[in-house]
Amino acid sequence: MVTTDTLRSAVLEALLDVAPDVDTSTLDAALPFRDQFDFDSMDQLNFVVSLHKRLGVDVPETDYPQLATLAGCVDYLSRARGGS
Amino acid sequence: MADFLMPSLGADMESGTLTEWHVEPGDVVKRGDVVASIETSKGIIDIEIFADGIIETLLAGPGTEVPVGRPLARYRPTGTPEPAPGVPPSPHAPPTLPSVPPPQTPSATRPATARRLASPAARKRAAELGLDLDKVEARAGGAVTLADVEQAAAARPAAGPTDMRGTIGQAMSRSKREIPHYYLGTTIDMRSASRWLEQHNTAHPVTERLIYGVLLIKAVARAVTRFPELNGWWREGRFDAAHAVNVGTAIRLRDGGLIAPALLAADRRPLAELMHAYQELVQRARTGGLRATELASATITISSIGEGGVDTLYPIIHPPQVAIVGFGALVTRPWCSGESLVAARVINATLAADHRVSDGHRGSAFLVAVADHLQRPEDL
Repeated sequence: MVTTDTLRSAVLEALLDVAPDVDTSTLDAALPFRDQFDFDSMDQLNFVVSLHKRLGVDVPETDYPQLATLAGCVDYLSRARGGS
Repeated sequence: MADFLMPSLGADMESGTLTEWHVEPGDVVKRGDVVASIETSKGIIDIEIFADGIIETLLAGPGTEVPVGRPLARYRPTGTPEPAPGVPPSPHAPPTLPSVPPPQTPSATRPATARRLASPAARKRAAELGLDLDKVEARAGGAVTLADVEQAAAARPAAGPTDMRGTIGQAMSRSKREIPHYYLGTTIDMRSASRWLEQHNTAHPVTERLIYGVLLIKAVARAVTRFPELNGWWREGRFDAAHAVNVGTAIRLRDGGLIAPALLAADRRPLAELMHAYQELVQRARTGGLRATELASATITISSIGEGGVDTLYPIIHPPQVAIVGFGALVTRPWCSGESLVAARVINATLAADHRVSDGHRGSAFLVAVADHLQRPEDL
């Protein structure tokens, strides 16, 4: 069983793959990534690719809005993995 | 015997500082191999050699500042040297790299011996930190020490973005001073492209997905093949049309910088391949490892404002290029479709081009061609 903490750190690692210069310690889990640092459509795609590599989850494009925040990512990924 | 020269990575670059050799004497090199890394105001750049050969002597050590066009190494050519991709041989420049001015006479350059007196440790550390030794105060008088360098480094503001801002400022000032820009704009219906992209991305795994930015790049690259007067360089008072289409893509760096490396031969690469090349280019622009060719060979540039931005961008030509295409954000706006008014995904495209080479009539036809390509995304 994958814990929320494990998912959280996987998400942060995926974020660092895309934006190595982001300070994840000051990240607000409830605020959209794009309100906290530059995060464009290329970053969004690379982030999802990195999540796929780390967790094996293939997120459909229509679900991208659910990955806008750190909390949203953890929720979404727990459900996606719980259901598989 | 041939010289491997410090390349020019922009009209404003005067010199680069060698940070690392990737070869040593005796190594066999092939055309396109990365042989050294240099530090410039654009960051650490990997520079390639454009001939096959065997490295004979390294003429500069790490930390040495070398003027553009001066030799970095000597090599024994083993094949026929070819020009860098997309850069036609010019009678005014050596064929090895674009925009390298004729070598200056040795007396005109700053010889290594005239450099600031500094301890080897101080020199090494200053090179690591990207500090100009001439600007470091030797507090004890005489030679600059390691402690002086550390002190100067601690005192300076974050250097990267400031240097890059200076570089951008110089290039754009030159552009506004020298290039008679004309501007055109149009709104492009992006319904077909958005629908096609959505279907493509639903049908493909995440690693094969595309973003609309790559459709814009391909559409511009395909369209410009029919408008050679928008694709090339203004050099030495005349226009050189380029044989390849190398699309400079403006990439925003998170520290506030901006860099526009080129996607080479963008008109000829399939979308999937172009997308991977684009992803990789953005990654390298942000983490280091851009190649000299990518910085020196753009034939036309695209600047996109991205999601959440304003509708229209009025770009400034990046000299020595003669055209730049700007895209605003992809937005939903009222649109006339036949006799009805609908809500449609649209994007504003602008062209800034050099009146010394083309005029508004041709520029207009070019933007119409870009729009046409975007109506048939499946053919891109």
